[in-house]
Amino acid sequence: MNLPHSQPVADFSDYRDDFPALQQSVNGQPLVYLDSAASAQQPNAVIEAVASYQREDHANVHRGVHTLSHRATESYEGARDKLCNFINASSRAEIVLTSGTTESINLVAQSFCRPVLKPGDQILITWLEHHSNIVPWQLVCEQTGAELIVAPINDRGEVELDALYELMTERVKLLGIGHVSNALGSINPLRDIIGHAKQAGITVLVDGAQGVPHMSVDVQSLGCDFYAFSGHKMFGPTGTGILWGREQLLEAMPPYQGGGDMILEVSFEQTVFNELPYKFEAGTPNISGVIGLGAAVDYLSGIGMDSVLEHEKSLHAYMVTQLAAIEGIRLVGTAENQASVQSFLLNDIHPHDLGTILDHQGVAIRTGHHCAMPLMQRFGLPGTARASLGLYNDRDDIDRLTGALEKARQVFA
Amino acid sequence: MNAAADNQDLQELYRELILDHARKPRNFGRLDAATHSAEGINPLCGDKLRLYLRIDSNDRIAGVSFEGSGCAISLASASLLTEAVSNLPVADADACFSTVTRRLTRQPENPAATTTANLSKLKALDGVRDHPSRIKCATLAWHALHAALHQQSQATTE
Repeated sequence: MNLPHSQPVADFSDYRDDFPALQQSVNGQPLVYLDSAASAQQPNAVIEAVASYQREDHANVHRGVHTLSHRATESYEGARDKLCNFINASSRAEIVLTSGTTESINLVAQSFCRPVLKPGDQILITWLEHHSNIVPWQLVCEQTGAELIVAPINDRGEVELDALYELMTERVKLLGIGHVSNALGSINPLRDIIGHAKQAGITVLVDGAQGVPHMSVDVQSLGCDFYAFSGHKMFGPTGTGILWGREQLLEAMPPYQGGGDMILEVSFEQTVFNELPYKFEAGTPNISGVIGLGAAVDYLSGIGMDSVLEHEKSLHAYMVTQLAAIEGIRLVGTAENQASVQSFLLNDIHPHDLGTILDHQGVAIRTGHHCAMPLMQRFGLPGTARASLGLYNDRDDIDRLTGALEKARQVFA
Repeated sequence: MNAAADNQDLQELYRELILDHARKPRNFGRLDAATHSAEGINPLCGDKLRLYLRIDSNDRIAGVSFEGSGCAISLASASLLTEAVSNLPVADADACFSTVTRRLTRQPENPAATTTANLSKLKALDGVRDHPSRIKCATLAWHALHAALHQQSQATTE
């Protein structure tokens, strides 16, 4: 199945009606949800897919000969096929289902890096990274004596490419880089970066948690080796994630965890591991969550990720203009190529106070360090307020945000 | 909740006294002759402050100050703390910790923890009791006080 690339721009206000959580009032005002980068709301199609599985099809997968187990397995594996098409993987064997981006990255750190890293080797990341693209590498560096090195960013929140490329020496065994910064919204020029890394013989993992929900992703054309993302940021259930990896890399990697489902044959002397991708999926998986994720993929495919990107880009531009017009606002993260996320500060009001005052007006934003403490230190900030968009947001949401910020200014005047 | 009631609720949380102490924290800065100090960290939001005490030979808090960064609630609470425990006997200050944190978390008072300190201003913090995510902001400095009095270097709200 190919993504519908050329469909006309949809009226996105219709999609909003698909999300029951957005139909409620919070603190006496209609909810404005601007925290999709933390976790996106789920459309009826996802909620219904999960509920219908729980009601009628629940059984364990890959095990039983009975009808319910068949149904569960079919839906679960069907979701894997949908994900495979959605990111244009070359084979379903390359789609490892995990609990989220975090587990996906830990899997690569422990299964791909740990067996081969030696003292003196390096893992390269950037200052933009989320803690989940920092800490797993720190752990494996401690275990192996390898070193974690960090490429700088400029004041706009863009990776300094020259410096990044200079760090790409033969000592570097892996580059871990975000597709889109969760804190600043910067979109990394992945093609360029991956091209340079490949020339230097470096394996590349992309943290795509903030990429997949907002734009079309083709892992083959990107040219990376691993791409990790989460279900709950793309309108699916929590506790679901994906590690895409090149088949020959995954083939060569030892299992991450041992248990049921990841084996072909077990004796006390020896275990023969299952084939890909099951080798990496020990134990009963998150069946209902993955089935919900499959429904989310269908939902997004129906809209078309190019339309989603276009809608969000236009909305983001509007948000930046409206925010900039507020007296005392400071935008944090002004990358030329930016998507879906805007961090900001208002006068010297602490982000948490902003978050509380906005919540009182029914506006949900994220405040704090956004799981990117080194990045906040880079800007000399304890944290920021962050508004992040999903496909269901519209200009009215932005107007409510700016109105609520004016109110915060009055409270702290 | 309608919009007017909500406004009132906001005013309850951000009372003038709170805003005043947040804007101009009292006893802010390092205490050079400190005998005790502890850091308070709220890992959830990254708020971080350090509380300094100078305890004299009579077990009395002869000096108190704090430094760090945080939201209006945590700064105001720390500022009010320094005023409340200044010149108190150590045991009294410890009782203040118990009284204040119990009140903010809606726990019954501990009859064993009695204090002569004047905690009336601290009632201005009561608004946080209706904001579960903000209670830890208000108790952070108090946990640091408790840690400092008990010679621990660090307190977290987790």
